[in-house]
Amino acid sequence: MTLISLSVTDLLIAASLVLLVAFLSWRLYLGSAKQLLIAATRSAIQLMLVGYVLHLLFESNSLPFIAALSLFMLSVAGYEVMARQKQRFRGPWGYGIGAVSMFISSFSIMLLTLLVIIQPDPWYKPQYAIPLLGMLLGNTMTGIAVGLDNLTRNAWELRNQIEARLILGQRWSEAIADIRKEALRSGLIPIINAMAAAGVVSLPGMMTGQILAGSPPYEAAKYQLLIMYLITAGTGFGSLAAVWLGSRHLFDDRHRLRLERLKKR
Amino acid sequence: MPGLKLEAIATSHLDPVNLEISEGETVALHGQSGSGKSLLLRAIADLDEHSGEARLNARSCSSMPAPDWRRQVGYLTAETHWWATHVGEHFQHRNSALVTRLGLPAEVFEWEVSRLSTGEKQRLGIARLLDNRPDALLLDEPTANLDPEHTSKAEAVIKHYQAEHGCPVLWVSHSPEQRHRIADRIFHIEQRRLVEEHP
Repeated sequence: MTLISLSVTDLLIAASLVLLVAFLSWRLYLGSAKQLLIAATRSAIQLMLVGYVLHLLFESNSLPFIAALSLFMLSVAGYEVMARQKQRFRGPWGYGIGAVSMFISSFSIMLLTLLVIIQPDPWYKPQYAIPLLGMLLGNTMTGIAVGLDNLTRNAWELRNQIEARLILGQRWSEAIADIRKEALRSGLIPIINAMAAAGVVSLPGMMTGQILAGSPPYEAAKYQLLIMYLITAGTGFGSLAAVWLGSRHLFDDRHRLRLERLKKR
Repeated sequence: MPGLKLEAIATSHLDPVNLEISEGETVALHGQSGSGKSLLLRAIADLDEHSGEARLNARSCSSMPAPDWRRQVGYLTAETHWWATHVGEHFQHRNSALVTRLGLPAEVFEWEVSRLSTGEKQRLGIARLLDNRPDALLLDEPTANLDPEHTSKAEAVIKHYQAEHGCPVLWVSHSPEQRHRIADRIFHIEQRRLVEEHP
């Protein structure tokens, strides 16, 4: 089975459906029409651009080029994590916690996968490295953003309870224990749900794509399982690191709650 | 030398405070709201950044981990906060004799926190603090929400604990009668300073 190439007309048919939704929402005064159109345009430009960049990259096969693109993806993901926080940390921590956690989890898991599991030749072969990193970053980013947001929001709302525990002589880690647990849970829930529903309720996007592109379904399922486990590990390590670093930074060495390190938006 | 010693403790509202409270002594403190009474207690409990040093029985705050210090200088906030569902989860020992003397039934440990009244919370706050066996007491209006009957019960419990353990006590109180009942010395805050009142 060969790949059926999509024509511009094919894409325009799909795009007209989005336009129709936007039109309806505008006619019925339901709002969101503008955001919908902006997001749809943005995704078209970004995906075309990334398609072109990947095309260049696959031709060149150059390690520095691949490394540069990876770092670019990481820094954008770090920014996205920060932008999604309602109450983020002031100064370099605001960006740093998310970016460092993502770097630790996504990069190391990508390297492990390339060097030990898939073993393409050369190991940095961009057809494998870039989609893998993108998939890892995209999911890890969500987990970290949700986890950190939950952590800082609850620390702010429950500050009196945290201080009551400190006053009675609890260490910072005891005083924030419940909040930290809840933050980690909230970061992991999406991927746990995705694994539970995979194949029964939803056919994951990557597997769908591989099947559409002509891979045997059984091979596609194996790849999907691999990716899912890697994403879970990436999200798990990333959220653990972010929630730990974040909760530590809410306190100083004298076990004082330092909420002024957060800035309200 | 035993007792609580404040050496040039300064907060955003107060000039450096030097004060010694000896074993078993009670110092009462009052002042307008916003004058910095609670901030002073918070600084002594090392909950905010501050300058100066506090010593309890000659051991300085900065020489020990903050959680150890806070367990020793028992600080009771004006409003008590509770993090678990049931009262008992906030206690290490369920001392039913103590809660009974505060006018609460022994089953109070099974109660849900969300159903407590302000006065019950305040009395349980005292019980929770004493359950920690502190060596000093910093009390921020511990009986503000109590009727006269429960106020005298709470005072008796605190005084009994103080006598038993020889605690220095710093007691913020708005009531002149209470200050005269419980205190050996009385201070008020005036223009960023602690001023001693002489009868």
